[in-house]
Amino acid sequence: MAEIKQAARPLSPHLQIYRWSWTMAMSIAHRATGVALYAGTVLIAAWLVAAASGPAAFDTAQAIAGSWFGLFVLFGYSFVLLHHMAGGVRHFIWDMGKGYDPQTRMNLAKYSVVVSGGLTLLVWIVGLAVR
Amino acid sequence: MQSNSSLRTPLSRVRGLGSAKSGTGHFWLQRMTAVSNLVLTLIFLGIVISLAGKPYPAALAILSHPLVAILMLLFVVSGCVHMRIGMQVIIEDYIHGEGAKIAAVMANTFFAIAVGAACAYAVLKLSFGG
Repeated sequence: MAEIKQAARPLSPHLQIYRWSWTMAMSIAHRATGVALYAGTVLIAAWLVAAASGPAAFDTAQAIAGSWFGLFVLFGYSFVLLHHMAGGVRHFIWDMGKGYDPQTRMNLAKYSVVVSGGLTLLVWIVGLAVR
Repeated sequence: MQSNSSLRTPLSRVRGLGSAKSGTGHFWLQRMTAVSNLVLTLIFLGIVISLAGKPYPAALAILSHPLVAILMLLFVVSGCVHMRIGMQVIIEDYIHGEGAKIAAVMANTFFAIAVGAACAYAVLKLSFGG
C-alpha cells in the first residue's frame, strides 16, 4: 500500500465554521457526557471497593461523598448521566426513522436539556427526602 | 440477475461484513446495551438513593440483597460494554496514527475490563459476606 499524501489544500469545514445550534450543541454534549461518565466509573468502582473493604473504608468514602465537593461531583455526575440517557432516547427515536424534520430535531434537542435537568432535580429531591 | 458492477465480489457481499470485518455488530451492540442501560441506570439511581446517608450495616444489608446485587452486576456489565465501544468510536474518530490508535483501543479495553472486574468483585464480596 502506498502512503497517503496529505495535499496542501483546505480541509472540509469543521466546528469553528458553523453557527452554534441546539442540535449541534446536544450532539457534542452527548459525546462529552459519554466521556465524563467513562471517567466517572472509576469513582463508582472506588466506592464499591470501599464498601467491600469494610466499615472504615466505607465511612471514609461516605465522608468524601457527603462533603460539599463530593456532593458537587455527585450532582454533576447525576446530571451528566441523565443527559446522556435523554440523548440516547433521542437516538432511539432517530433509529426508528422518526423525528428528522427541522422542527422536531430542534425540539428534541431542547427537550433533552429540560428532561435531564428536571429528572436530576427530581432524583435529588427524592434522595434528600429519604435521607 | 443482478449485475456485479461494484468492485466487491458476490461472496464478499453475501458475507455482509464490509471493510470493517464486523458488519453492524458494533452498532447493534451499542444500541442493545443502550436499551439495557436505560432500565438498569434508573434502577442504579434508585439503589444509590436508598443508600443515601445510611450507616455501614444498613448499606451492607441493601447491597448484599440478592436482587440488588444481581441488578448491580447487570448494570456494571452492560455499562462497561457500552462505554468500551463508545470510547472506541471516539478514539477511532480522533486518533489517526495507526500505532497510537491501536494502543488507545487496547488501553480502552483494559480500562473497561478493569473497572468492570473491580465493581463485580466488590458486589460479589458484599453479597457473599467476605
